[in-house]
Amino acid sequence: MAKIKYIEHNGKVHIVEVQNGLTVMEGAIQNDIPGIDADCGGSMSCATCHVYVKEGWYDKLPKKEMGEDDMLDQAYEPNSKSRLSCQIMVSDDLDGLSVYMPEKQV
Amino acid sequence: MIKTDAVIVGAGPTGLFCAHQLGIIGLTCEIVDNLDKIGGQCIELYPDKPIYDIPAVPECTGEELTNNLIEQIKPFNFNFHLNDRVQELTNKDDNWIVKTTSGKKFQTPNVVIAGGVGSFEPRKFPTKSAEKFDGTTVLYSIKDKTIFKDKSVAIFGGGDSALDWAIELSNSSKVSLIHRRDEFRGAPASVQKIKELSKKKIINLFTKYSIKDVKGNGTLEEIEIKSEEGESKTIKTDYVLGFFGLIMQLGPIADWGLNLDKKTIPVNTENFETNKKGIFAIGDICTYPGKLKLILSGFHEGALAARGCFKYARPNEKYRFEFTTASNTIKDRLGLK
Repeated sequence: MAKIKYIEHNGKVHIVEVQNGLTVMEGAIQNDIPGIDADCGGSMSCATCHVYVKEGWYDKLPKKEMGEDDMLDQAYEPNSKSRLSCQIMVSDDLDGLSVYMPEKQV
Repeated sequence: MIKTDAVIVGAGPTGLFCAHQLGIIGLTCEIVDNLDKIGGQCIELYPDKPIYDIPAVPECTGEELTNNLIEQIKPFNFNFHLNDRVQELTNKDDNWIVKTTSGKKFQTPNVVIAGGVGSFEPRKFPTKSAEKFDGTTVLYSIKDKTIFKDKSVAIFGGGDSALDWAIELSNSSKVSLIHRRDEFRGAPASVQKIKELSKKKIINLFTKYSIKDVKGNGTLEEIEIKSEEGESKTIKTDYVLGFFGLIMQLGPIADWGLNLDKKTIPVNTENFETNKKGIFAIGDICTYPGKLKLILSGFHEGALAARGCFKYARPNEKYRFEFTTASNTIKDRLGLK
């Protein structure tokens, strides 16, 4: 279990507990947190669950697998702290993680 | 004006199987899809990825599934209208008049929306200033490459489309290629070629840059690009091309007066009709309590929606349930002896 902080582009903060084994994307969808669309349902083929990971947390996350950066090329305004939230698996180590949502997903 | 029993919006697996079910019960249909090929997300997003949850098919790829569905509806000779998009629906007596972007018109009592998550559209530049040049000098696809001859062209993107066009256009245009990181997702041979062309100064390569602004008074004059550190550069250019892949958008479906729940259309689970008479929604685009976004659910929804269509297409006939194993009428429809 990890407490994850989702910060909408307008600054609105949502803190929810997400079970281990779910992804950060699923944590948002299950709790109706706006700003993450996840059109493809987590198969890393749409780039609509794009988030910016808070400074300091980015390097603590498991590294990107092949293909994630390719999809991020197609995200809205990606930067060096960008991840697809469907590829971040929640574990106890992620307790306190903060992610920022982009202005929009497409 | 094409008259038909049903227009299916979307040629993904759900739309294809619904067409099959319409054919089986003796109805006609026309299928419209804005991609240039049949198969929807199966073909556009994951043609090579194996699917493991199609009943009685332990494993198949998106492409194999699509090919089998096409094969299954061959006996009915239904028409596909690809590269076209249903734009407008208007009610006329007991029919819908369906207009497409290319100007085609259908008259039908039934419209089955099997649109997945919407239609695939090119992903555009995030900069507002790019909009006023959209379609003239800011482009997301190339129809006529001769317009770029002896002009300067700024190409954005790191995939095959961006790389292939950068290489091709560098023969007769001044090309700048801009990409947000050092690595490219295009084919290794193309990446190699780009690096060579950049070394020979035939292509200006800018990596770790993205678009900041598009400038010009009436006509496009220059673009500003920025690095993540905030450093910016100006490039004089006649054209800007963006190749950021495709996104799915609900598009005109949102304007048809249907009830919407986020990006999905609520339906009843008896025949998958929406709040509008004769408009059905099946597959990923529909929602109801317990909805699962599985291909197999789309098949079930399509079978029931087809029966719903029968009521409006043959108001004076009673629908008769038959099995394909037993019915000679169905065997005739399938062209079997």
